[in-house]
Amino acid sequence: MSVPQEAIESLLEQPGLFKRLNLKDWVWAAIVLAATAFVFVNYGKVMDAYEIGILALSAPGLIGLGWYWKAFQPYALAVAACSLLGIWLYGGDYGNAEQVFGLKFLFSSQSAVMWMSALFVLATVTYFAGLFANNGFTLKTGSAITWAALIMGFTGLMVRWYESYLIDPEFGHIPVSNLYEVFILFCLITGLLYLYYEGRYKNRTLGGFVLLVISAAVAFLLWYSFEKGADKILPLVPALKSYWMKIHVPANFVGYGAFALAAMTSVAYLLKAGGEKRNPQGFTATRLPPLEMLDDITYKAIALGFAFFTIATILGAMWAAEAWGGYWSWDPKETWALIVWLNYAAWLHLRFSKGWRGVPMAWWAIVGLFVTLFAFLGVNMFLSGLHSYGEL
Amino acid sequence: MKNSPTASTRLINFLGSMNLAISLLVVLAIASIIGTVLKQNQPYTDYQIKFGSFWFDLFQSLGLYDVYSAVWFLGILAFLVISIATCVGRNTPGILRELRHFRENVQEKSLRAMKHQFTLPVSMAATEAQTLAQRILASQGFKTRQKAAEDHMVVAGMKGGANHWGYWLTHLGIIVICLGGLMDSRLPLMIGEWQGALKPETRNMPASEVPSVSQLPTSSFSYRGSVDIPEGGSANVIFLPVRDGYFVQHLPFDVEVKDFRVEHYSTGMPKSFESDLVIRDKDLPKPMEATIAVNHPLIYKGVAIYQANFGDGGSRVNLRLHPFNNQYAAQDVEGNIFKDYKLTSSNQQYKLELTDFRLFNINDMEEPDGTTKKTNLGPSVSFKLRDATGQAMEYQNYMNPVSIKGQIYYISGVRSTPAEPFRYLHIPVDPKGGMERFMRFLSNMQDQELVKKSALETTRDSMQQAAVKSPDVENQVVESMVRLTTLFAAQGSDGVMQEITERFPEDKRESASEAFMKVLNASLRSIYQETLKQEGVTGEATDADLAFFDDSLLAIDKISAYGSPWFVQLTNFKHIEASGLQITRSPGKDVVYFGSVMLIIGVFLLFYVAHRRIWVWIKPLENDQSEIVLAGSTNRNLPEFEHYFKRLQETFRQAMVHEVKHVSSTGSD
Ligand code: HEM
Repeated sequence: MSVPQEAIESLLEQPGLFKRLNLKDWVWAAIVLAATAFVFVNYGKVMDAYEIGILALSAPGLIGLGWYWKAFQPYALAVAACSLLGIWLYGGDYGNAEQVFGLKFLFSSQSAVMWMSALFVLATVTYFAGLFANNGFTLKTGSAITWAALIMGFTGLMVRWYESYLIDPEFGHIPVSNLYEVFILFCLITGLLYLYYEGRYKNRTLGGFVLLVISAAVAFLLWYSFEKGADKILPLVPALKSYWMKIHVPANFVGYGAFALAAMTSVAYLLKAGGEKRNPQGFTATRLPPLEMLDDITYKAIALGFAFFTIATILGAMWAAEAWGGYWSWDPKETWALIVWLNYAAWLHLRFSKGWRGVPMAWWAIVGLFVTLFAFLGVNMFLSGLHSYGEL
Repeated sequence: MKNSPTASTRLINFLGSMNLAISLLVVLAIASIIGTVLKQNQPYTDYQIKFGSFWFDLFQSLGLYDVYSAVWFLGILAFLVISIATCVGRNTPGILRELRHFRENVQEKSLRAMKHQFTLPVSMAATEAQTLAQRILASQGFKTRQKAAEDHMVVAGMKGGANHWGYWLTHLGIIVICLGGLMDSRLPLMIGEWQGALKPETRNMPASEVPSVSQLPTSSFSYRGSVDIPEGGSANVIFLPVRDGYFVQHLPFDVEVKDFRVEHYSTGMPKSFESDLVIRDKDLPKPMEATIAVNHPLIYKGVAIYQANFGDGGSRVNLRLHPFNNQYAAQDVEGNIFKDYKLTSSNQQYKLELTDFRLFNINDMEEPDGTTKKTNLGPSVSFKLRDATGQAMEYQNYMNPVSIKGQIYYISGVRSTPAEPFRYLHIPVDPKGGMERFMRFLSNMQDQELVKKSALETTRDSMQQAAVKSPDVENQVVESMVRLTTLFAAQGSDGVMQEITERFPEDKRESASEAFMKVLNASLRSIYQETLKQEGVTGEATDADLAFFDDSLLAIDKISAYGSPWFVQLTNFKHIEASGLQITRSPGKDVVYFGSVMLIIGVFLLFYVAHRRIWVWIKPLENDQSEIVLAGSTNRNLPEFEHYFKRLQETFRQAMVHEVKHVSSTGSD
């Protein structure tokens, strides 16, 4: 009569983290650890305590990210392979950028970023084509192109990092220091966040919407590099030489990317909600994912963005304390970061305690993107302040 | 009948209400925008010019020039803190209850009314089901309580209570941050101003002469100000900017700047700023030395010293004043930046105010191929020359000759107000690398005897060639040559044009000016020849000599508008830099950081931990059968919970319903 003990055990057994891992996951961890060890052995001598600390923390971070999101593993390996190939092709001579085929047309940072730009635009078109044609294969192709764009973009940043040392060892710095570089970062983070949710919810129909923002960013990036020559690698001004910067900027862009994503899922939400009202059999009502899912992604993205934006703002304050002697100066950039933060805090409160959902919150998330956009770009363009790293 | 709430409950309800919180968040966001749109803490005269006096007064009374210290703005912040505190205080008892109670006393009815609930007949006795349910929940990480009543049993489980910690940590974190900010705020200064005990100084004067109502003692709790200290100099005060004035804050020690260094990249961009400091304090057995750089401050006695910027610290400069008028001799002046010097030996009194010295001047220079390139033009001195009426022109003179399109010049920029761009005077450099030839040429032009002599020679020469002999004509030509040359030397081509305008009617002017220019040119040429001869240059003039002649005329043409009776040449210097230090005492900083950590942890707990409850209500039936009601609730992430509840349901079914025997073949998950 009684239930076999071990059957219950197997039912109840909440498989521990380590049990859920397979061989691939361990290979991944081994690769990350080996790479970390390699970096430490080769460059440990020229790294200071902060850099060693960042390195030590990024290894478990990367391993964890790969374990949590399996698709990240092949992605990271592809980026690593392309970056190493690019670096190898340089062979220590910056002049090779124009000489070597593989650099000139693929992996020099400028070519890689061009590839990224083209692929993102192509992916946008493909996603929309798949959505209109209701064709799963086309949508899948959209995902594949997006992955390719992300590989090229990230490779571009990694190679750019190397190039900065190649031009002049004194110039060398991680490429998160000017508007051109952070725009690439924005495209990459938004794209990665999107692909994460795409995998998680097994739905590709939102790709076109999110990639629309990325394509807009790409358009700006291209204008900015052709018109203003912003892609030139310049040395860092003294104020930017700070460890805080290296974590402050990426954290900020997780926030910006997530907010952008939330705004675009909200656009889809509005289309879907409007479609259901007007014509339940119509295109938007049938093709787009269910409202609950759109609402859920929007909330998750805003929560994630808010958490990272909080960290980024605090890191920014710590950096300001070290560079300018005050953690908060009401400088326009800081103030706008606060405004963005307050705006989303209000959004979250409405959702948490009043349970607001639906159309008004979707509109709010879209307005939030414009507030964010102003904090990100508008402040540098229209207001003057201490944050002049990104003047147009 | 409900009692109507007392006034204090109503107040607490209002202060802790979500509506107020959200309104405050939005109002604060909007208020913050004002300060980013209107540039803060500019000189008040700028605002006055910009807005006109009516709006200026209105904005001033609203505190818009320093929004973030305005009473109403601080009021909003205070309100926010009070609102959060009230909310936390009001919610805490409820949360504690929530965390302590497992609610094992629920009624079956209320479970069945829940959104997530599920009834399952199970093929085992109630006690067995209870043990199993407890094990299932425990294995899912739930803490459980059990209850056995006469006709039913309950297993109540709960997990994710940390979510409530998240609520406390975020909100208390914000309060802690605001308190930390308050500790570092200017509130004491503002109170002092209201009481009239303190008043910011607006005049520009040495710190020691500032009256005591604008001086703050070393014991101040917090401050943030700046001071420029020249190399070799020291200071024990800093200046706290307040609206359009400042306070003088005394430091508990002396800071000396021994050396200041700027390093540059190969592109000319600055790479690092560093100062070697010596701290002198009676509490120190011997002076303490330290080097600070941007992003690497020194902290001593809770006071942090930052490298903020740099400037000139009163560099010593040697100047040679070349008069544009040959009646005066060249003179040398030795002076320091930021000092004034009286200049005589011209027909007017002038005051020379040395304003700046720069070792590097990275400018965009046009290359011969038309592109621009950043080039270092080397040292320059900036000064104002103020005449007896108080009018001043501003100059920037470069020490080294500058090559422009293949020619080399001494250059000097001039303007009458800082709003204008500089206009440049280019003085050609002679083959010996100096200004002698130019100055001699100019001086020769002003030498009546010499001009007359060379005019006579030229005239005779040309008349001989043309086989003309007429003393009258000769006199006339010589006389006009002399007059035109003098005129040009004193007033440039404008003077000559004016003469023409005055002497000839409209229709004759063109031909007259042509003739005049010919005559003038001939005279200037012969004077230039003479100048070369004096210099010892004989033979035909080279192309370079001719180019020099043309450039000299262009320069002389501009002298009358140049506004200075001298060309000031920087001949030597001793660079003394000043290090711009930002000095702060912010005891609230660590409080703010502590609050920030609370906030970050809290936010993650709030978002990524959900408080979940599961109840298993077990009703014994006959034949060792029973029925269970599984119900659950959560406070966050409903979609996720739905998913989770479905899985849990499945687990219960498989574990408790008979078919469980096949579980190993159907597999779990
Ligand atoms: C920026 C300043 C903030 C203010 C002024 C503020 C204010 C408030 C107030 C007054 C309440 C209580 C409402 C009530 O009693 O029903 C509340 C609740 C809450 N706040 Fe905040 N808050 C702030 C920031 C945050 C942040 C940053 C978060 C985290 C993301 C947060 C999350 C919450 C949550 C989860 C609740 C409970 C809602 C519920 O009842 O489920 N708050 N807040």
